[in-house]
Amino acid sequence: MSVARAERLVNLVLCLLSTRQYLSAEKIRGIVPGYSDAPSDEAFFRTFERDKTELRELGIPLEVGRNRVVDTVDGYRIARRDYELGEIDLEPDEAAAVALAVRLWDSPELTGAAHGALLKLRAAGVDVDQAAPTVVESKVRTTEPAFGPLLAAVQAGQAVAFDYRRPSPVELRERVLEPWGVVSWRGRWYVVGHDRDRKAPRCFRLSRIVGEVRKLGKPGTVRRPDDVNLMAFVANTSGEPARSSTASLWVADGRAAGLRRSSRVVGQREVDGIAGDVIEIDLNYPDTAAGWIAGYGADVLVLDPEVLAKSVRERLLAAAGGAL
Amino acid sequence: MSAAQDRLPRLLALVPYLLARPGILIDEAAADFGVTARQLRKDLELLWMCGLPGYGPGDLIDISFDEDTVTVAFDAGMRRPLRLTGAEATALLVALRALLETPGVADADAIRRAVAKIESAAGQARPGGVAVGLGVREAEGTARVREVVQSALVAGLALRISYYTASKDEVTERTVDPMRVLIVDGRGYLEAWCRRADGVRLFRLDRVDEVVVLDERAAPPPYAEPTDTSEGLFRAAPDQRSARLLLRPDARWVAEYYPVEDVEELDGGQLRVRMRYSDTSWIVRLLLGQGGEVVVEEPAELARAVREQAAAAVARVDRHLAAT
Repeated sequence: MSVARAERLVNLVLCLLSTRQYLSAEKIRGIVPGYSDAPSDEAFFRTFERDKTELRELGIPLEVGRNRVVDTVDGYRIARRDYELGEIDLEPDEAAAVALAVRLWDSPELTGAAHGALLKLRAAGVDVDQAAPTVVESKVRTTEPAFGPLLAAVQAGQAVAFDYRRPSPVELRERVLEPWGVVSWRGRWYVVGHDRDRKAPRCFRLSRIVGEVRKLGKPGTVRRPDDVNLMAFVANTSGEPARSSTASLWVADGRAAGLRRSSRVVGQREVDGIAGDVIEIDLNYPDTAAGWIAGYGADVLVLDPEVLAKSVRERLLAAAGGAL
Repeated sequence: MSAAQDRLPRLLALVPYLLARPGILIDEAAADFGVTARQLRKDLELLWMCGLPGYGPGDLIDISFDEDTVTVAFDAGMRRPLRLTGAEATALLVALRALLETPGVADADAIRRAVAKIESAAGQARPGGVAVGLGVREAEGTARVREVVQSALVAGLALRISYYTASKDEVTERTVDPMRVLIVDGRGYLEAWCRRADGVRLFRLDRVDEVVVLDERAAPPPYAEPTDTSEGLFRAAPDQRSARLLLRPDARWVAEYYPVEDVEELDGGQLRVRMRYSDTSWIVRLLLGQGGEVVVEEPAELARAVREQAAAAVARVDRHLAAT
């Protein structure tokens, strides 16, 4: 931004804050330094339009109206009560919480917005020490390319279309969504909204969106229902029931440390002439346990239950391919 | 956001910021705004040229500098910062609420008070559209480890840990100087200077099998840098090898769970990816566990190792079944 432009915009804000009357564009042209340089009416209006857009994008509440019924053109002003941040005073421990919160995001979009908020809090007189050391820190990342466009669509209230890959049954097709929000649950991002084809609320995992997110229609047309709880939506649909079971395994001596560390040794045994331990292990996710155990190959043998032994053997057989 | 786009928000925040802190050091103000002292002086010089219509000596913003400090003498009506935008309020409030969910965060009460104050100051900005659930699944043992680690961080003491390294499938004893606890993607990590590795390391709390607080000061060397988490927790090491893998639809999760490169979408929901690995035994374990759902295209030695180990394991299972 050029010095002249920055100066003009600051003066425009100060001018509109100080007036009770609506000021027409022509009037502003005569008052605010910088506009008089415009070589033509057309150039002035083009500049003025751009300036208004810039102020609105910053969240400055530009009021449009007329002072008297007989006025023929709209005028502009900024209501101080809508412009100004309310009174805020944070205790040191509250300010420390804010500093920690700003550091939560590893995301260009959200880090930028959080810093914008921090700047204004500081300008309101709050002291926030960002370098203060902390014991526990959470980090939330947004690495999916679809995140930025979807957040922008959510904030603009605009429908989107994207190609979505469903893993099972395998399917790649276009979805048209009125997005209500983006949700991070256990480190994964989802978008929740009204699916126009299914005519129902749906959530989609961002990492399964293929290619570009396309905007549809006008901004301001999508409105999130007031009663929707975005988090409940995602947490419900990705719930996995934990069914714990116990398995008994033979593990060769000195091998499979990953299995041993969460197990109990209940005996010794030789298999194929190799010394080893019989261990008992609690499995919270029997479905993924087969893959985990199969990974240890011949160092581990499932003794019980039979269904686990079978499922491990099947995986190994498939991994052996033509080698048998 | 580019530096130029940041300038107007900064200019609008500067006057109220300085009003709240008469005689503040320019260096300190520059640090709070995240700019150089030189840039801050330029901003102040620009503001000096701005003011109220009339633009006479009594109408312009008046800022008095001396060598190192700055004070606002006339604010031209810019007494308060601009209110928070919806995006700013959301980024800050969502982050604060996520902190509440962070296991072991000390001051939940301060966080709640900060949320209430910011909500009330932010006023009508329609928040929402972003939700974060850390969803940390912390087993009892892991919670105990975290509590011990946190107590050591608070007391500034070193730790002795037994740590399971998945890539090598081994448990090792290490003395570490704790730096902080990080919660990323629903998992807790201890970030510490590892005296054995002579570097900063992240230790997954659920892989710390034992932890003892030592009667010895924690002393990470001054050059121990906190991990930059923005690009993910794990960096490719220069000495790593890489494998080209074909993931069948049921194994697509591998590409979401582990860092992969050169992702190529193929027919039928298959993916071709390149995966880096330091330890052959680690990737063999991963591949054995996936059965035929992951095909090794390169290198041939890796494909052979997987086939041979799988075949040996199946042979062992079958001998065992024949014997019982």
